[in-house]
Amino acid sequence: MVIDLDKCTGCGACSVACMSENNVGVLHDETDKIRSITWLRVYQIDNGKSFPDTEVAFIPRPCMHCQGGKAGTPGQAFFQEDPLLDSEAHPPCVSVCPATATDYDEETGIVSQIPTRCIGCRYCVAACPYHARYFNWYDVPWPKGTPRALSPFVSPRMRGVVEKCTFCYQRYQRARNKALVDGSEVGEMDYQTACTEACPSGAITFGQLQNPEHKVHKLISSEHTFRLLEKLHTDPKVYYMSKREWVRKMADNYVTRHKKLAQAAAGGGH
Amino acid sequence: MSSHQQGKKQRSRADWILLFVGLVVGSAFGFWLTPTILYAEKAQPLQFNHKLHLEQVSDGCQSCHFLREDGSFNGIPSIQSCQECHEADSPMGEGANEAAFLKYVEANQPIPWLVYARQPDCVFFSHAAHTANAGFECAQCHGDHGETTKLRPYEYNRITGYSRDIWGKGPIGLSGPPHRMKMDDCAKCHSENGVNRACFVCHK
Repeated sequence: MVIDLDKCTGCGACSVACMSENNVGVLHDETDKIRSITWLRVYQIDNGKSFPDTEVAFIPRPCMHCQGGKAGTPGQAFFQEDPLLDSEAHPPCVSVCPATATDYDEETGIVSQIPTRCIGCRYCVAACPYHARYFNWYDVPWPKGTPRALSPFVSPRMRGVVEKCTFCYQRYQRARNKALVDGSEVGEMDYQTACTEACPSGAITFGQLQNPEHKVHKLISSEHTFRLLEKLHTDPKVYYMSKREWVRKMADNYVTRHKKLAQAAAGGGH
Repeated sequence: MSSHQQGKKQRSRADWILLFVGLVVGSAFGFWLTPTILYAEKAQPLQFNHKLHLEQVSDGCQSCHFLREDGSFNGIPSIQSCQECHEADSPMGEGANEAAFLKYVEANQPIPWLVYARQPDCVFFSHAAHTANAGFECAQCHGDHGETTKLRPYEYNRITGYSRDIWGKGPIGLSGPPHRMKMDDCAKCHSENGVNRACFVCHK
């Protein structure tokens, strides 16, 4: 997925589409942002300057579907590969789950979350550097009659389990079923996430990053493309684009802070 | 004679009888009483003769249970499928069952069949992947359901509410189809055949 932050107006249509597609409910008190659930949350950043130089950017943040550290990068990667595992992938959340309620699919590169297997320990919530995982503090108080309007393709969650963005995996399942019946392949436009379809300014592009025929493949080679917190070597599959330099810098502000700390440590020497 | 042998007691006939009775009571509890208590039965809303219908239709199981063009599966046929042959004012059979059926046909209402193979809500099962892609026959999983003349009672777990077919009737999975359909069974076949075993392949 590639999100063009210069096109994003921060309208929140992606968030709404996501909640509607994935049966995310509305809680009693949605102002309690620590306990409310938004699989795709839109963050606002600004360049810290006062009027008239103020500039604002919005960062829609789904699950990054990190691949994590790979073999051959010990010491460099924050999340290193476990030599005992067959899988090369090592996302931060998957490696801490004690219940195997989340895994990395080598075929699609999507990080799953199985709420029925989740024991609600919230290790993954703590491990995720992007705050993409949410814990169900409450059962959703569905108003009378509304459960009939829920999507049958996504199972609703209960209190006490963790949930997150799945890149609308149910859409992939349906697209794959259709492809199997047709005897064809799942095409680029057969599988698009709800947020991609909902974005009125076309800021979100979705496809296979490794497929040269897909639009996202070309977009990620742009010099304006970056990812959030690349310093951590989580290898996310969500890329962002912006021609504004301050936006690109802020996305990895951990690096700046890290550099500052390193400089302070080197220069301080007492 | 060592102290070890001194402590050894001869088993009397009563001991063996007690052991045998214990085994019988234990087995009865495990194999008969527990399933009887755990599972409740419900009758289907109507009786249905699969054998009779299979003789009438041209395309076997696919005549009513087919893959749609969009890849989804038409498991329970709609009342419109029935109406292709059945009309409300001209009964093809006799008796109360036929009369009850024709009421559904007349009202254009779906028949509330109880689905033996209904999986829990968190499970995604693709008929397209198993039939169109892997080439399974219906009977491989569903058994001789298409050859039966009567619908067996629907049994469900009193605690979970799930159909007994999910757990399987044989205590250790030795009985024939319908095979039990638990997660381990899916995972076993997937790993044996080199199919992707990621969570999202079967979960939603």
